[in-house]
Amino acid sequence: MRVMINQIEHQLPQGAKLENALAAIQAQAPFAVAINLQFIPKSHYGQCTLAENDQIEVISPVTGG
Amino acid sequence: MNTNTLNEQEALSKDDLVLYGEHFSSRLLLGTSRYPSPHILEEAVLASKPAMITVSLRRQGATGQSENAFWDLLKKMSVPVLPNTAGCHSPQEVITTAQMAREVFETHWIKLELIGDDYTLQPDTLRLVDTAKILINDGFKVLPYCTEDLILCQRLVDVGCQAVMPWAAPIGTGQGPLNPFAMKLLRERLQVPLLVDAGLGLPSHACAVMEWGFDGVLLNTAVALADHPIAMAKAFALATQAGRAAYLSGAMPAQESAQASTPLVGTPFWHQS
Repeated sequence: MRVMINQIEHQLPQGAKLENALAAIQAQAPFAVAINLQFIPKSHYGQCTLAENDQIEVISPVTGG
Repeated sequence: MNTNTLNEQEALSKDDLVLYGEHFSSRLLLGTSRYPSPHILEEAVLASKPAMITVSLRRQGATGQSENAFWDLLKKMSVPVLPNTAGCHSPQEVITTAQMAREVFETHWIKLELIGDDYTLQPDTLRLVDTAKILINDGFKVLPYCTEDLILCQRLVDVGCQAVMPWAAPIGTGQGPLNPFAMKLLRERLQVPLLVDAGLGLPSHACAVMEWGFDGVLLNTAVALADHPIAMAKAFALATQAGRAAYLSGAMPAQESAQASTPLVGTPFWHQS
């Protein structure tokens, strides 16, 4: 199954969960996640099943003005 | 020292900035971007003692910044953070970014930025109000970055913004207030706290808007790109305090003609030459 994580293509098994995607990129805390522009709370990572062509954003704190 | 002087000092010392019911002893908000180094950022924050520091969110690993190092620095500085939604071009992007920021930073504060034009970084004023309303209904304490347009600011207040943040000039230009008439009018017409966000380049700019009655200033580039950011951060903090003290003191009205300060009565040699 093809998904995009931070605009980079990844192949994951059918039925993969969000936590599988996070493991695939070795996401480092702290971070937050959105799929297809919808925020996914941390408590939902384990139940969130991914779909073909999902756009996953994993974002972390940076400096800002 | 007389009693009046003591009372004035007490009044000034209790002159907190109050946003959404929260008290801040400083009226300066400072951005954390574009400093020469994390160490200089930290020293600038220490020198200026801002009420809040602004932060942002970006794709993990995309910026070249070490996320953990910046996170550690935030924890070390222990200053309240104000996450922004910089770079968002649609209401949905703003809302999702705000929700992500709330989880990461564990705060309900959000600096609402909804960009309408990439060249000027002018906010999308037509969609800003509805977006602010959605965020407020979702429990956020929204500080919207906006223009100095009176009606826009009034509508933001109408939907529940307890403070608004008009720009002085486009972000990062350092030009200072480009439309003093509109900004003074805004201060005259609105009762909520007004923080000038963006476009300040000099401490005198910050002092001027504080003298006009604005409640605080938010700046970043003017400090970060100064030759000596730590000293400039301190200068902005002092200018902000000076402007506030001047506003509370009540400035004299400007006069059209000269009026001697020294008494004329008893002037020596008067009418002798």
